[in-house]
Amino acid sequence: MKPRQQRLIFIGLAIIGIGAASTLAITALNSNISYFFSPSQVLANEAPQDHVFRLGGLVTTGTLIRQPESLTVHFDVTDNAKTVKVVYTGILPDLFSEGKGVVTKGKLGADGVFYAEEVLAKHDEEYVPPEVASTLKTAHAEGVTHSNPPSPPAGANN
Amino acid sequence: MNFNWFKLASPPAFYTLAGRLIPILWGLTIILLVTGLYWGFFETVSQLGGNNPQKEYYRIIFIHVPSAWMSMWLYFVMVVWAAIGLIFNTRLSFMMANAIAPTGAIFTFLALWTGAFWGRPSWGTYWDWDPRLTSELVLFFMYIGYMALHSAIDDVRRADRASALLAIVGLVMVPVIFWSINCPDPNQCAALHQRSNLTKIDSDILFAMLTMTFAFWAYSFAATFIRLRTIILHRDADSVWVRELFTNGGR
Repeated sequence: MKPRQQRLIFIGLAIIGIGAASTLAITALNSNISYFFSPSQVLANEAPQDHVFRLGGLVTTGTLIRQPESLTVHFDVTDNAKTVKVVYTGILPDLFSEGKGVVTKGKLGADGVFYAEEVLAKHDEEYVPPEVASTLKTAHAEGVTHSNPPSPPAGANN
Repeated sequence: MNFNWFKLASPPAFYTLAGRLIPILWGLTIILLVTGLYWGFFETVSQLGGNNPQKEYYRIIFIHVPSAWMSMWLYFVMVVWAAIGLIFNTRLSFMMANAIAPTGAIFTFLALWTGAFWGRPSWGTYWDWDPRLTSELVLFFMYIGYMALHSAIDDVRRADRASALLAIVGLVMVPVIFWSINCPDPNQCAALHQRSNLTKIDSDILFAMLTMTFAFWAYSFAATFIRLRTIILHRDADSVWVRELFTNGGR
């Protein structure tokens, strides 16, 4: 066997090994990653107690309450199965609104309320003008296009 | 046609070819860049709709997405040249990998930097340890590590082989970055970064974004070839052809 062929086999094996490693890494990422916890996981006590963690889901429509004369806001975060109440004092990001995705970081209080230190807004991958977006929505409502309409909270990994 | 491609593997031959290609690539870069930026600024909406009501600042994607794509693509190309160099012991392949690394690192940095500026108004933070952001940061460190290892070893041939191996190992990051947001089940990968789906992008926005991608691609070729010519001259400094090049006032 020529040295060149030996090197070819060696590099080939190395790349196969790296491919296997990356497949394993991706599988692990998919099943274990706990970038944030969903309300269902929090209520099932899967989230760490007395520790800062992230809670992700959708802001329930009609639950956003701004306390007068302060920056404190109350809202519910849901994964369409369970709901957790959230309190936050601070400025909300531009894309934050009811019915949209959100990632909050904070601690769960003994009263079951999540005290957030940071609120981040999530958005989806649609980059279209408003008029196109509205027609897309009616198409969704009429079941013309595929997939599940009100995009599911990305954190609802049950 | 009986063209011997292996001739191009000789540094003097490629030095001349790259010199001829560079002006063409620069021209292509400028045309595409001007078109892409014009389209991105003047032919696209100033306000998005639907679940993603971003205002003017969404236009950063015309820089952000192409740089992120180039950061991954250039790493892949760099590893291909590094592997060819290891297998066939061709000097030029190692030089090519060497020349690509800084451009790849610049695009990775640009993707992270523009992403931070865009993340502040839309998400509410410059940085978060989201899987996508973290894996892209690791890719940046891979580029830096490759260049650092190469310059830390004095013997160029050893440096080539060692850093090529490191680059191949780092290839693991490219699929991780891609699938960190694009895993098959959207409920499975919890991330702050949105998924990517080219079919859900307005055609004007997509046109500007793809034009910018080709502009960055042409720029990568131009910058890599310029760097490659310098590396060739540097490494072949003692050879006859370089001496002749300079005594003849070469080009």
